[in-house]
Amino acid sequence: MKWKLDKKDFKPFLQNLMDEYDLFAPVQFAEGVFLYKRINHPEEVDLSGSNPQKPAKEVFFPQSETMFQYEKAGKEARITSTEGVERKRVILGARPCDIQAVSLIDQVFSGKEYTDVYYTNKREATTIIGMACNHPLSTCFCTSMKGGPFSREGSDLFLIDFGEAYLVELLTQKGMAFSQNKFLKKAEPNDLDLGREIEEKASKRTDASIPVEGIDKKLDQMAENPFWERVQEKCLGCRVCTYLCPTCHCFDIVDEALTNKGQRVRNWDSCLSSLYSQETSGHNPRPTNRERTRQRIMHKFNYFPKNFDRIACVGCGRCILYCPAGFDIRQTIKEIQKG
Amino acid sequence: MIQEKIREKAKELLSKKVVDIIIGFGEGTLPLRATPLFARSPEEADRLIWNSFCQNNLSTYLHKLSQFKVGLVVKGCDSRSIIALSLEKRFKPDQLFLIGVPCQRMVDRRRVKKAVKGEVLRAHEQGDQIIVEGEDFKTALKKDDFLYPSCQVCIHRNPVKANILVGDPVEESPLLETHPEVKDFESKSLEERWAFFEKESSRCIRCYACREACPMCYCTECFVDSSNPKWVEKGLSPSDLAFYHIVRAYHQTGRCSGCGACERACPMEIRLTYLTQKLNLDVKELFDFETGIDAEVLPPLSTFKTEDRQEFIK
Repeated sequence: MKWKLDKKDFKPFLQNLMDEYDLFAPVQFAEGVFLYKRINHPEEVDLSGSNPQKPAKEVFFPQSETMFQYEKAGKEARITSTEGVERKRVILGARPCDIQAVSLIDQVFSGKEYTDVYYTNKREATTIIGMACNHPLSTCFCTSMKGGPFSREGSDLFLIDFGEAYLVELLTQKGMAFSQNKFLKKAEPNDLDLGREIEEKASKRTDASIPVEGIDKKLDQMAENPFWERVQEKCLGCRVCTYLCPTCHCFDIVDEALTNKGQRVRNWDSCLSSLYSQETSGHNPRPTNRERTRQRIMHKFNYFPKNFDRIACVGCGRCILYCPAGFDIRQTIKEIQKG
Repeated sequence: MIQEKIREKAKELLSKKVVDIIIGFGEGTLPLRATPLFARSPEEADRLIWNSFCQNNLSTYLHKLSQFKVGLVVKGCDSRSIIALSLEKRFKPDQLFLIGVPCQRMVDRRRVKKAVKGEVLRAHEQGDQIIVEGEDFKTALKKDDFLYPSCQVCIHRNPVKANILVGDPVEESPLLETHPEVKDFESKSLEERWAFFEKESSRCIRCYACREACPMCYCTECFVDSSNPKWVEKGLSPSDLAFYHIVRAYHQTGRCSGCGACERACPMEIRLTYLTQKLNLDVKELFDFETGIDAEVLPPLSTFKTEDRQEFIK
């Protein structure tokens, strides 16, 4: 059964939801600049943009996160844990690409060998309300990456905007918790038809032609290829593509210490920075952009598939849109496949 | 046509081996964007383009090409960065060949995007207009209304220094008393200024695109990356973000050509040039110095005079 949520009920729905959950949703920080943020008032939620600049991974894996705090008083040392999540959470409005990316990094943070409690605690406490992507951009290639603008992978609830209302699908146990929600009404057959129509139209718009089949094998042979010299040339060595990437998940751990107290913090890190691989001795095994760019591409299209059987790219297009030098990963993929 | 002349010159320089490489602009994969192009052969030089979307300051790439002879396509601001860098002894004499282009001012892709409803799929220039097309619209926009803020107030569009000038020099605008966005900032109260600055810097994600895009940011170790001593933490606390933005701006005093590369690179659309332009105007007022105009005169903060009256010491 499918439900619908009238837009006039949307804010009351959010208010009601916030009684039980901490709500995270896109907020417009400047014209056209969106970020996921913990919502204090439903009015802050702004779903008018497409994907926010920073991806939804931030709700589970914040850019800067305190792991614990410590304090020394005389001979006593006190450590305060910050790993717990006190309230249930909802992330609202995440697009299928970002949600698919969360499923991918789940495998890193809650894998067989190691469980990252900071990530998994948030993940388990969170219900994901996905949002169908009615207007994919020309830079979107999710359909080439086993996704799609209406892909439900990873969503607990899924919303489809069809004008004056949202079509609502409850997809998992967490999603079914909303089946008694007073703002959800039964969807009419013509609502469903409209939803299907929008889905068909949107799915045709994204680029399904990016040739990723077999790219991991191709890259096996390319570690020392002169190709890397050329492909990195215009890269400025900033961190835009990695920080805005929904699947990049590297971090660095530091102590922010004062004399008698401090906190251990983990911050996002980027393989495109020289500091990332700088060793204490002064030696850097990835001394130039060539090695760093290779690492970024290899990790997504070779190492990650080897470890987890999936390419670590969901085709959201952020690295293309926001690169200050106009680097386009679609071209890089095509060039790799040409050999 | 400027584009043809750039190609012609680039091919000549490459085939006669005057330079090892030409850095210019090529067609980008997105509308309203050109992309830096590195040409090593005359054939590759055929892909060089010139239009109002050539927004990058290419001199930032020179730091990693010290072992090559480089031909560089430069606008007015880029040539000023080159002079400023030469004063800091970043190049060997004769290492560079500058192909100067009088600049028609560059189009701000974000302003265009915000002016239309829907995604821009195609864009091209036609005289003083930009024709912008999307799935269900086609509009002609007046180019002058959609320039980058730094281009709007530019008074040095002609390259200050170049080995060859491609195209006819343009008529320069007079020096504005003050930059409109600086004037706006100056008219605010202290609290309002801080609030504006903090609103902007608070959405910084520390990707350092502003730093990497800037030709003047070339320290082997940036102060934010130093761990011993540690000047600043690596997280997103408001004080760390403010500290980064203040120090980054101040390090540009007397060195910034006002090209706007920092602001253009920022994925969070943080306003940055109101700070650097304010410093530029202060340096002009206090020391009568403009960055990158005279290849012999050191910037005020890089030199000293024993007869300096030091009136600021009270």
